[in-house]
Amino acid sequence: MQKATPARSSSGNEAGTQICVKQAEYQIEIMSEDTDTMKKFALAVLIIGSFILFSLVYNHNNNALLPPATTSSANTSNRSSSTSPTPAASSTNTPGATYKDGTYTGSVADAQWGNVQVQVVIQSGKISNVTFLEYPNERDRSVRINQSADPQLINEVIQAQSANVDIVTGATDTSEAFIQSLTDALSQAQA
Amino acid sequence: MKQIRLLMGMPITVEIVDPTAAQDDLEQVFALFVTVDHTFSTYKEDSEIARINRGELAPAQYSADMQTILALSAQTRKETRGYFDIRRNGSIDPSGIVKGWAIQQAAQLLRERGFRHFYIDAGGDIQVVGYNKGYPWHIGIRNPFQRGENVKILALTDRGIATSGTAIRGQHIYDPHQPNTPLLDVASITVIGPNIYEADRFATAAFAMGKEGIRFIARLADFEGYMIDAQARATFTPGFERYVVREP
Repeated sequence: MQKATPARSSSGNEAGTQICVKQAEYQIEIMSEDTDTMKKFALAVLIIGSFILFSLVYNHNNNALLPPATTSSANTSNRSSSTSPTPAASSTNTPGATYKDGTYTGSVADAQWGNVQVQVVIQSGKISNVTFLEYPNERDRSVRINQSADPQLINEVIQAQSANVDIVTGATDTSEAFIQSLTDALSQAQA
Repeated sequence: MKQIRLLMGMPITVEIVDPTAAQDDLEQVFALFVTVDHTFSTYKEDSEIARINRGELAPAQYSADMQTILALSAQTRKETRGYFDIRRNGSIDPSGIVKGWAIQQAAQLLRERGFRHFYIDAGGDIQVVGYNKGYPWHIGIRNPFQRGENVKILALTDRGIATSGTAIRGQHIYDPHQPNTPLLDVASITVIGPNIYEADRFATAAFAMGKEGIRFIARLADFEGYMIDAQARATFTPGFERYVVREP
């Protein structure tokens, strides 16, 4: 029930929303060869969450999930790319498929703490993989620790932990920037 | 027994360790979230909150849950010097308090059904009860800059833990005192409290306070906090370390 930021671009038909959500959910099962199951799960959660939020927002506005293939979002940064499908597989269309096979790179979207860029692989008309080309992780971690004037509080530089956990706490998973980049990639793949 | 459902626009996970857990117990928990969503979702045009915001309901017609949430919101607003405020631009959005409250209700439901060892996680806000096969529940604090990576591992039992932040998501919390100034200093703040309702509402308010939020948490009895700023530095309360699991 987190509040979403307003939807941005829009046009097209509403049916796209449903199709997209279904495909994402379906494909998550077989999505990766990623050995790190936690990453896989987090990504699955992110994608499902993103789509659901996205579809909610768009349904609410009676608009569609996907902008037209020719439009790139006005909010993406000027470093946005528009990779055409590779390999140039003869765009075989599986019956009922919405997307052409190939690899599509989304625009670079500003995620406030850095950029997000996703790449989507479409096989047999379905999403077979989603990878991050860019992620907001290039923070300067060598910043000098400034001891707070308040003696009660303690400072440290954050450090990755490797032990297994049962549960993870974090801010809600959906990322508008992720959605933006993914939408851009999928719009290129639209048949 | 463990299950995940997508409700209220987020994954909700329920795990009950007690061997007597049955499918119906999980169904009851998920049904509770569905009901809460139908009442409080600002995205559903037929929700009670949407009808209130359109001026279609008089206060006398509000449901008991709605009255409870509005009262709790008003109380939290006072307790946080106005940093927690569900009012904006002439309408109300109690999302910042409903999630924690719903998890709390769900935990109560499971307790009443006799369960002693379980957790409920709604979009990263968690209530843990009892133990996981004899051990405290191990909870990772996600790195807001690096998905899939934890920066702290905590061992908790019978506590609520909630994280507010921008992470990579768009801004969803703002400072009611300066609604147009984005909150950029803090990447995330995690709050451990006596239960998830308390942890969630104060995490939301503390995030709206910016870097001062962690001091606010430090002043609260029975609460601990771990704040990560935009430069990937953490600031935490003195009692926080007792929950930390050290790397071997």
